[in-house]
Amino acid sequence: MEKVHLELTGVNMDFPTPSGSFRALENVNLKIKKGEFVSIIGHSGCGKSTVLNIIAGLYQATAGGVVLNGKEVTVPGPERAMVFQNHSLLPWLTAYENVELAVKTIFKGTKSKAEMREWIEHNMQLVHMEHALHKRPDEISGGMKQRVGIARALAMEPEVLLLDEPFGALDALTRAHLQDSVMEIQADLGNTMMMVTHDVDEAVLLSDRIVMMTNGPSATVGEILDVNIPFPRERIATSESKQYNHCRHEVLRFLYERHGKKAEELTEDETIDETAVNSSLDDSEENPVVDFKESQQIKKKVA
Amino acid sequence: MSSQAIELRTFSKSDLKGFFVSFATPILGVLIFLMLWSFLAPKVVTSLGAVPGPKQVYSQFEALLVEHKDERQKQVAFYERQETRNAKKLAKDPEATIKVRQYAGNPTFFDQIITSVVTVMAGFLLASLIAIPIGIVAGLSKTVYAALNPLVQIFKPVSPLAWLPIVTMIVSATYVTSDDAWFDKSFLNSAITVLLCCLWPTIISTAVGVTNVSKDLQNVSHVLRLSWWTHVRKIVLPSAIPMIFTGLRLSLGIAWMVLIAAEMLSQNPGLGKFVWDEFQNGSSNSLGRIMVAVVVIGLIGFLLDRIMLYLQKKVSWDKSVALR
Repeated sequence: MEKVHLELTGVNMDFPTPSGSFRALENVNLKIKKGEFVSIIGHSGCGKSTVLNIIAGLYQATAGGVVLNGKEVTVPGPERAMVFQNHSLLPWLTAYENVELAVKTIFKGTKSKAEMREWIEHNMQLVHMEHALHKRPDEISGGMKQRVGIARALAMEPEVLLLDEPFGALDALTRAHLQDSVMEIQADLGNTMMMVTHDVDEAVLLSDRIVMMTNGPSATVGEILDVNIPFPRERIATSESKQYNHCRHEVLRFLYERHGKKAEELTEDETIDETAVNSSLDDSEENPVVDFKESQQIKKKVA
Repeated sequence: MSSQAIELRTFSKSDLKGFFVSFATPILGVLIFLMLWSFLAPKVVTSLGAVPGPKQVYSQFEALLVEHKDERQKQVAFYERQETRNAKKLAKDPEATIKVRQYAGNPTFFDQIITSVVTVMAGFLLASLIAIPIGIVAGLSKTVYAALNPLVQIFKPVSPLAWLPIVTMIVSATYVTSDDAWFDKSFLNSAITVLLCCLWPTIISTAVGVTNVSKDLQNVSHVLRLSWWTHVRKIVLPSAIPMIFTGLRLSLGIAWMVLIAAEMLSQNPGLGKFVWDEFQNGSSNSLGRIMVAVVVIGLIGFLLDRIMLYLQKKVSWDKSVALR
């Protein structure tokens, strides 16, 4: 249990830009134990999502590497299932078929048809979506889509579940419900989970540890905070506890005092970041407008 | 009570507006066009007489129908005569060899329509079968795209009519017809010419559609480690369907235009030949008959596009998008 499960060692990440190579991450080191819930928090554009993408294998670290269970990670794989920020469900398939695609791919030859069916339904139950199995993504709400996205990731039986700002685009109430679901699932299954977020309360409520990242360029792990609040955590009671407020305060202090962007710096910084650099970093802003995201994706392609 | 009345009135008002936009306005547009036509046409006098108005054109259409029926009757009569003759022969001598001949009458206007539609569909379907896979591969692989792009860009603007002589020569050199051959040479010539012009828009649109598959969905595919074939079937094809259909509809539109021109130029059977024959014929009815052909060509082109639209709606997963 206490053995190192997932380890990042000296991870550097450089992105090519028209004006030369841009160093997004520098010397990121992390050790994660089995069954741990770790949040990564930091300002927009600091490379939180890049860290997650490197673990997922979607990006290749320029230097350093990721080791999972003693084996180096270089390509994406279902043992590191990812819940994407905007659900990434195939719009032409129903919720059931979306999960089925994952299950069929991974358990081909090991599970019978009936077992697969049962497994899909089981995972849909875990996220409380058994009532909408045969609805297509455009027929269900944003929160429900994200639930299906989580079910799809869970159905892969991952060693590590990676969550890339999974609730960023949802309203506060829906987000709270989903956070509760994730806590429930983690208590049930004991998965190792890593979540990128920019929501301090979310990080404190869900995590065993919070990894706070310094601002880019050359972002790295600034501090790691242990959240010593016993599970299960009940939202309202926990939010009043001293521990909770202490942790929350610590994170805020890190983000706004030590690594806050100064007001005059901010505007300048943002303009440079957005155009040249941020396009290849995480594209998640507070504002979940789809058009914006799409334009960012286009930029990403151009870069 | 009064509020109800108001509601009723506003409802019927918007209803009326909808009726106007969807039915009355298009009909009005056609009517105005017909009026202008019948007013202006007689003022232009050619060597074949005045340009026919809508009425004369319609009467020519009726004449063509009558011709078609006559021709069919002749055909039936021909086969009947042949049968009775053969029966007599056999009655006299059971060992006699009998000949069954095809009726060799002139193809009517309606025969020409069928020939043209069959030809365009053959060329178009074959082209689509070639172009969609090429487009998918080009969209997936930058290397293939880079290799194909110059060829596509150069061949795309070439009028397929420029291909026609080459196609004709190659077909007559390589395709040896016998009496029971599957296709006529002329059919092959026209169909291949159509095929050549159908390829490019479909290839380009398909490639664009495939390149624009959302990055998120590609990531899903990576995480699941989908095989190449599953990736194409489950992610790429459904994503690219709208763009593929855009290309197909463009192709079919061009194909229909090109076919008529190719038939005129090469005297291959079809509507184009009908138009050319009438032009050469130069009777007082010719202009009217050509205009009938023009209208029919337009209507068929429109119909073909509607069929594609219908197919697109059937295949499209996103029913919320208004397809037009």
